[in-house]
Formats: sequence, C-alpha cells, structure tokens
Amino acid sequence: MAKIFAVVIILIAIASAVPIVMHWWPMPQDISVHGTLIDEQYADTMLEAGISFLASQFLLAFFIWKFSAPKPGERVKNFPGGAAGLVAAAFLLVGTEVLALGVFGTKAWASVYLTPPAANAMPVQVQAGQFAFYFRYPGPDGKFGPLHADQISEANANFFGLDTTHDQDSKDDIVAAELAIPVNREIHLLMHSKDVGHSFYVPELRIQQDFVPGLDVTVHFTATKIGKYEIVCTQLCGLGHYNMKAYLEVKSQEDYDAWIKQQAALQ
Amino acid sequence: MHDMSAHAVPHGAPTSFIRKHVFSLDHKVIGKQYYALALLAALIGMALSWIMRIHLGWGSFAIPGLHLLSSTGAPGNVLTPEYYLQLMTMHGTIMVFFVLTTAPFAAFGNFFLPIQTGAEDMPFPHFNMMSFWVTFVGFWVLIASFFVADGPTLGGWTQYAPLSAIGSVGGPGQGLGVVLWATSIAIFCVGQLFGSLNFITTTLDMRCKGMSLMRLPLTAWGWFITSVMGLTAFAVLMPACILLILDHVAGTSFFVASNLVINDQVLPHSGGSTLLWQHLFWFFGHPEVYIAIVPGMGIVSHVLITNMRKPMLSHRVLIYSMAALAVLSYMVYGHHMFVSGMNPISSLVFSFPTLVITIPSTIVVLMWLGSLYGSKLRINSASLFALGFVSMFISGGVSGFFLAQPSIDIMLHATYFVVGHFHLVMGVAAMFGIFAGTYFWFPKMTGRMMNETLGKAHFILSFIGAYCIFMPFHYLGIAGNVRRYQAFTDDYLIPLIPVHKFITVAALVTGFAQLIFVYNLIHSRFKGAIASDNPWQGTSLEWSTATPPPHNNFGDKMPVVYHDPYQYSVEGASADFIMQTSPEKINSPNEEK
Repeated sequence: MAKIFAVVIILIAIASAVPIVMHWWPMPQDISVHGTLIDEQYADTMLEAGISFLASQFLLAFFIWKFSAPKPGERVKNFPGGAAGLVAAAFLLVGTEVLALGVFGTKAWASVYLTPPAANAMPVQVQAGQFAFYFRYPGPDGKFGPLHADQISEANANFFGLDTTHDQDSKDDIVAAELAIPVNREIHLLMHSKDVGHSFYVPELRIQQDFVPGLDVTVHFTATKIGKYEIVCTQLCGLGHYNMKAYLEVKSQEDYDAWIKQQAALQ
Repeated sequence: MHDMSAHAVPHGAPTSFIRKHVFSLDHKVIGKQYYALALLAALIGMALSWIMRIHLGWGSFAIPGLHLLSSTGAPGNVLTPEYYLQLMTMHGTIMVFFVLTTAPFAAFGNFFLPIQTGAEDMPFPHFNMMSFWVTFVGFWVLIASFFVADGPTLGGWTQYAPLSAIGSVGGPGQGLGVVLWATSIAIFCVGQLFGSLNFITTTLDMRCKGMSLMRLPLTAWGWFITSVMGLTAFAVLMPACILLILDHVAGTSFFVASNLVINDQVLPHSGGSTLLWQHLFWFFGHPEVYIAIVPGMGIVSHVLITNMRKPMLSHRVLIYSMAALAVLSYMVYGHHMFVSGMNPISSLVFSFPTLVITIPSTIVVLMWLGSLYGSKLRINSASLFALGFVSMFISGGVSGFFLAQPSIDIMLHATYFVVGHFHLVMGVAAMFGIFAGTYFWFPKMTGRMMNETLGKAHFILSFIGAYCIFMPFHYLGIAGNVRRYQAFTDDYLIPLIPVHKFITVAALVTGFAQLIFVYNLIHSRFKGAIASDNPWQGTSLEWSTATPPPHNNFGDKMPVVYHDPYQYSVEGASADFIMQTSPEKINSPNEEK
C-alpha cells in the first residue's frame, strides 16, 4: 500500500505539472501595456511554486516508499542537521524567495495602481448595475455631466440618471452598451456602481477591479491589439451574475472616430 | 511545575437518558455530539456540491426529486440560476462553519483535550453543553432558510454588502434568507465563544500533576491556539452579523451607501460603507482558515508521530510555527481584498505578511518531511490520511504564492484558481485531518476498531479523487474562469466546459467513496472488533485510560505525568514507547520538562 501511495503521489505531481511545463495551458493572450509585467511575475512565481511543489511531493513520496518497510531491529534515525537546519532553510530559501517575489511584484502592481494616468488619457465612465454594464463618454466638451440617482430609468434608457435638460455638461455625453476604445491610447476608466458590488474583468487586458457602491474608483490601461474581447463581472451580484457581460472593442483610431460619431448621432 | 489549582465543577455520572445522551455535561459526549452534527452537515454539504457539479457539467439535466427541495428553485428538477447560487451559498456556509470548524476543533477537541491534559472534564461543563446546543440551534436556523418563502440567501458564504444588506429587492433569498443566515452565524459564534473559553481554561488551568505546557501533545497545542483565534475572530463576526441583521430589520445603514438604485427606485439607505463589511468579515475570515486547519496540523502530527515511532524533529518548533500562523492570520486578511477598491498601498501592506506566513507554513511541512526521514512508518488508514493531509497542504500552499501577490491576484482573483486553492488547503486538507483523527481515535471513542481495508479503499479513492477535482480548478482559473457562475455563456469560457464535466464525474465518484467511510463508521460502531486500551501503542494520556474512558476520564486515580508526550524508540528503554504516565527513568536527549 505504501509503495502504491508513493507512486500515486509522483504520478499526480507529474500530471499536475505537465500542462504548465509543456505550455499547453497558458494564460489568455495579453493585449495590454502593463500585462507584460504581470505575466513575468506570474512566470517567476510559477517557476518557484512549481519547484517547491514538485520537490516537496517527490520527497514525501520517496520517504513513504523508503521508510515504510523497516527491517526488523532497525533503529530510527534523525534527519541530518535536525530541526535547526530545516528552519534555517525555510527562512533563507523560502523567506528570500517569497520576499523577492513580493518586492519585484510591486512593480507590476504599481504600474496599474500607483502610477497616475497620463494627462492625455481618454476618460470613460463605466456603470455597473444588475446585470449590465453601460459606458459613458464625455462628448466634445470633455466633461461628464452630474449623475442623479432619482432620474435613473431603465424604461427611458436613462441608465446613468442624466438630466440633459438642465445640466449643460450632460447634453453631449454619449452612452453606449459596449466599451469601444482606440488602440494604443491610454484609457482612464471611472468606475461607478448603481446598486450592488460588481467587478470589471477583462482577462486579456490583465485588469480586474471591483465596483464599490458609494465609492467611485478608477483604473487606467492601454490596449495594444485591435479586436473584440469580453468584459465579465466577477463579483457576485445576484441571480443574473453569470450572464453580466459586455464587449470591449479595441479599434484603430479611424474606426474609433467613426464609431463615436455614430454613437453621438444615436443619443 | 503546575499545581492542581483548578478543578472541573464536580458532576457525578448521569443516570437518566436525557442527561447522559442529550443534555450531557460530559465533554466526551459533547465531543461526539459535535462529531455527529459535523457528519450530518458534511453529508448535506456534499449533496449540495453534487447538485451544483451536475448542473455545471450538464445544465439541463433533471435531477430526480430535486423539485421536492424547492418547486420554484428547481422546476422540472432543473436548477434555476438563482437556486444554484442559493445552494452554493449553503454549501459554503455549512462546510466552513458546521463541518470544518466543528469537527476538528469542537468534536475532537472536546473529547480529547481534557483527557490529554489529564483533567476530569472541562472547567465549565454547563457552558460546554450550551456551546453544543447553541451550535445545534444555529445549524437548524440555517437549514430553516431552505423552507422559507423565497429560499436561502444567494449571496455566497462571504455575504458581501450591499447585496446582503438591501433586502429582497436584491434577489431571491436576500430578505428573510439573509436574516436567517446572519442569525445562524451569530448564534454559531456564541457557541464557539463558549467553547473557546473552556478550551483555553482547560489548557491553562486543568493540567494534571507533571503536565507542563511543553509536555502537552501537539493536538492539545493545536486546539489551544485555535481557541485563542476563535475567541477573537468569532467575537468580531458576531457583531458584524448583528449589524447586518439591523440593516434588514431596524432601518440602519451600516453596510449600504447612499443613492443606490434598484428597479429605478432609490433605496432608503444612506451613509453606510460597503468595504466595512469586507473588513469585518475577513478579519474573521482569514483566521477562520487557520481555525479550520491548525487543529488538523495537531492531529496529523500526533497521528504521524505514533505511526513513525519517533517524535517530530522539534516539538517546540511546531508549536511556535502554529502560534506564528495564528498571530499572522490577523495581519493578512486584506489579501482577500486586493482588488476590492481598498487603497492600493493597503494591498501592498497586506501582501507582505501574507508572503511571510509562507515561512511558518514551510517550517511545519519541513518538520513533517524531515521527521519522516529515518522513521519506522506504519501504514494504516489514519497514517495514510495524515500523509495525504501533508500532500494536500503542500499543493494548496504553493498556490498561495500566487494569490499573496496583488499583481497576480488581478488575474486570478474570483476565479476557480482561488476555489481550487482554498478547497485543497482548507477543505480537503482539513477533511483529511478529520479522517485521520477518526480512524486513529475511533477505538478510544467507541471501544471498537474500524475496518482497515475499507479505510484504505476510502483513502486512495479520496486522495486521487480530490486531486482530480481540485487541481483542474487551478487550470480553469488560469484561463480566467470566473467562480460563482451557474452557466458558462461567455465565449472564452465555452471551451472550458469539458474540464467542468471531468470535474463533475470526479466529484461524484469521490463523493460516493465517502459513503464507504460512513458505512465503515456505522458498521464498526456496532460490529467492529473490540479495541484494547492502547491499540496503536501510543504514549499520550488518552492511551493510559480505559477504552472507552470512564465518566471522569481516569477512574479513581488521577494521572501523574513523568515524560513529554512523544517518547518513542528511546535508546535503552524497556519498550519502543514510554507512556507519559510511566515512572520509568529514561535517558532521552530531547525530553521536554
């Protein structure tokens, strides 16, 4: 039984590692400027976690195989170096390893969260509500009009609660159900929740950020590949959570200009 | 050396059925009651996971009889999207609170902590009895939510606000369902606070002559450290639940911000904080992970030592590591909130202790591995589950490297990667600890042995099965598979559905393997071979008393302890194990005083 168990551990460890080692199971493609840093951090972590995982499981299996059938009269032995050696190893090897990961990882984190958006970043507001995303562009005046919670009306398609009669800044705001952006242009996304907690997740964009009802948060990113990607909600928001999604369309500048013009005409 | 300054409130052996088996003051009966409750809860939780897994693999499959649970939640025996979430919430809540907290901590701890410390009982037997019955009531309050108008809450076991605080406008189960959930958990917290007080006092004040703190077995240390965590963690969750209830019934707005709009109506709340709930919940929630796993660490160490016929490389290093995990567990909770909207510098602040907690975790694993070296390992159901625990703890632990880093969490947060991580390290590992404890202590608890062949079959199926279920979860997460989805309609998730089907099949097979355990448990209780007082040749105090132990644990003569708990294979000794109560003088270099 001991030997079967040891072999099972080895087989499971190898089977778990193969899809990663052989690159059969990568992360989704990266279409962002900052994503390279996250992907490098992920690869470094995978290497260190993978080595720790395989070494520990192999050692466990080997010890189970070797020490489960002692010869009669055999005495127990102590691990060379005893506890002190292993504690030192944990502090030096694992401690250094994880702290290094932590220190280097701050660079990737900082590129998303601790660096302010560029002055010319394009602002877009996203509003999450059960169970849809809506996007607002400030229009030619470059200003978003104020939101009025009491004027939100799904029936009148006034998803944000804009008062275009009285608020000058709202008159040219453009509201869309998809997020179209120009490629290679930094986007400053202003996130607002209408009702409960939601999240904005685009795996390819290496962005995930929760909406906080009552607190508007922002993220910024630059998409580098033209294409259509899914924006999904990752914060449990109610019965339609699984189906809450929108599309991110990364377009060439010309296509984007045409699109925004068309949207303005539809308002 | 500790003098016997404290005693349990003396209570004679009960004579009536009710005082003996129902409202018992005996810590051993209370331990068994907790175990029975955990077993019932585990079976319900597992059945819920089957229903969810079948739905995720084959969404239109009609599960015979499901409409009996809820005709609106499962019309035609097929789950509705909301009922999937409601069952998911109940699965998580039942498993975390009523299985992973009650079985390794409250069940085994109640039965064995007083015996291992050499006490007649816990110091506050009435509190102890109340602890169980309060927990019992909490369980049924939770179960009652299955039977109220729109069913149990769908908010997930984390019950994030404001979805949990706005009432039924938030969706089915978000009204009365949430109130019942929060009431149940608040009641549960009271039970655990009673239990923790008893555990701490037993460990500090009830030790028999000769039992210094360092002579306590690692199990006792595990329960002691857990009870300290429980005392502080549940004391935060309970008021948080009360505030949540007030948001429902008293018109308060602790967790709901102003100007939220649902169905075009502005909600009548203002001034609350969404993130406040998350801070309160995770201040409890992360220590809870260790409340579930530290008793398992103690049990696994205890079982391994007995079956390796040698002590751990260092008794003290393991104790200090478990204590370090407990202290750090309060400083890391914000890693659940990296992308919550919390200040991004706070995320970095929470990231570092999370990475540092890897060090005591690694030390514990290295102590187990290093101690296996040169041992005379006995393979039986208990030691197999203990070794399986080590394997699961390693696998679940290394995925923590990823989630401890905010930058990688951007990709993996709220995906199946997280689900795989916590199921392996907190769910499966803790369950393996419970199984190891059961196979090991069943003889002492019942007077009969469990069937070893069935135990080994149960183990190998569970070990392979658990990996087949939870390792692919990590791959799904890497591919961006979001958790808490009842169907995968997104274009990029559709190719992942075959993986979900594989997991469903594995979950069903592994689930059925647990029925072998249930059969073994019940059959052995009545038909198992009669157990001797010390079937595993153990050294700690539970093995020096009768099987099963008498009402006051040690009969007429209270034990006196001469050795630390793990004197195995001592050179020059008369046997390969020296019991703690043996006055034999030995020359052991590592003996704890």
